[in-house]
Parts: sequence; structure tokens; C-alpha cells
Amino acid sequence: MPRPTAVQIQSENFDPAEEYARLEADTPEIGAICTFVGLARSFGDRPDVTGLFLEHYPGMTESSIEALIDQARQRWSLNAVRVIHRVGRIDLGERIVFVGASSAHRGDAFAACEFLMDYLKTQAPFWKKERTTEGEHWVEQKASDRERAKRWDSQGES
Amino acid sequence: MIHVLFFASLRERVNRDQWEVAAEPGDTVTSVRDRIADQLPAFAEVLHQGRVLAAVNENLARDHTPVSDRDTVAFFPPVTGG
Repeated sequence: MPRPTAVQIQSENFDPAEEYARLEADTPEIGAICTFVGLARSFGDRPDVTGLFLEHYPGMTESSIEALIDQARQRWSLNAVRVIHRVGRIDLGERIVFVGASSAHRGDAFAACEFLMDYLKTQAPFWKKERTTEGEHWVEQKASDRERAKRWDSQGES
Repeated sequence: MIHVLFFASLRERVNRDQWEVAAEPGDTVTSVRDRIADQLPAFAEVLHQGRVLAAVNENLARDHTPVSDRDTVAFFPPVTGG
């Protein structure tokens, strides 16, 4: 049974339909595929945001996401896993990140996608800068993101 | 020498994206961080003001993580990807 992993860090946009098609093609006998897309849309109380700039640590971004996927594979039964994260300039409304996983069990596919997103937001070396009509400022890590990641720590590993 | 990298807002505050610092026996992230703070006042300031994370050779590190000559140590703010 194939268990391919794909991690791509790129400035170009991606097509979620294409990524889903790859997951489906990679694991022809697997019944559950879960995908997630994060977009540069809601900015809370800042109406003048025009987009983002994503800085990253080349080399460490790929290896840290690969390590997260290894952890997910230890905890859940997964087949194909794809993570794509854009870097550089991203305009309001554009896609930032794609996470997808296939599994024989839908619970595993759902959990793995959520785990990968929660950990990516607290462990992978990316830093967001918001661009506004009045200048730029760095986004701060949210306590709620740290709390979400912690949930997975206490659930125990098999 | 230890090769040091700075990212994001930390990079802007110290006004450089890299630095080199001499290695000493028994070095850890803490001792390297303190040595850089002595050399770069802007770095010392940032350390006082908030969380600064570290990676050694591209692996997230803790205060006690050992650091050797020719390692790469990166310092950065809490991450905000995803």
C-alpha cells in the first residue's frame, strides 16, 4: 500500500483540486481523503490589510513539516499526505496552505489534518507580516493556537 | 565559530540576518544567546521584551540544547505560519 509524502514550500499559488486529485491517484484503494485550505482572509479588527508577506527559514521549513508528518504517521494510519505552504507575498483572498491526507479510516484522516495544521502553526518556521495601506507589521503568535497544539500533547500516543 | 541566523522581527531589531560567534566548550543555546547579547545590545533588548526561540542545525532547540563549533544557531520570534 503506497504511503507517499509530499511537502512543497513555494511562492506560487496552488490548486486544491489538483492536490486532491493527486491524493486520490496516489492511493487508489483508500476510502477516506481529508483536505484543508487556509486563506489570507479574515483579519479581525484591521480593515486596512491588503495582504501578507511570509518569511521562512529555507531548509528547516521542509524538514520540520516532514517531522510533523512522521509524528502524524506514528499516531494514525495514513497513506498519502500532502502539505503545501506558500511563502513570500500573498494578497488578501489568496490561499496560503494546503494539508491533505488519505486513510482507510475517516477518523484518522480528519485527526491527522487537524494535528498537522495545529502543529504547523506553532512549530514550523514561518513568520507573517501584515501589509496595510499604512505600512507593515509582524503578526504575533496567538495563545489560542498554542492551546490548540497542546491538546494533541495530552491525548497520548500509541 | 558558530554561525548565527536571525529571522523576522528579531532580524529587523538587530538589523542583520546573520552573525558569527566563537564557540566555547560546554556551550548550550543559553550560553550562546548570552554571548550574543553581550555583543549586540539590540539582541539583549529583544530578549528582555519577549519570547525568543532557537533552532540548532535546523532543529527546534531548548535552553539546554548543546551547541558545538561550526553549528548553525537560528534565533526567531514565536512562529506564525499556517
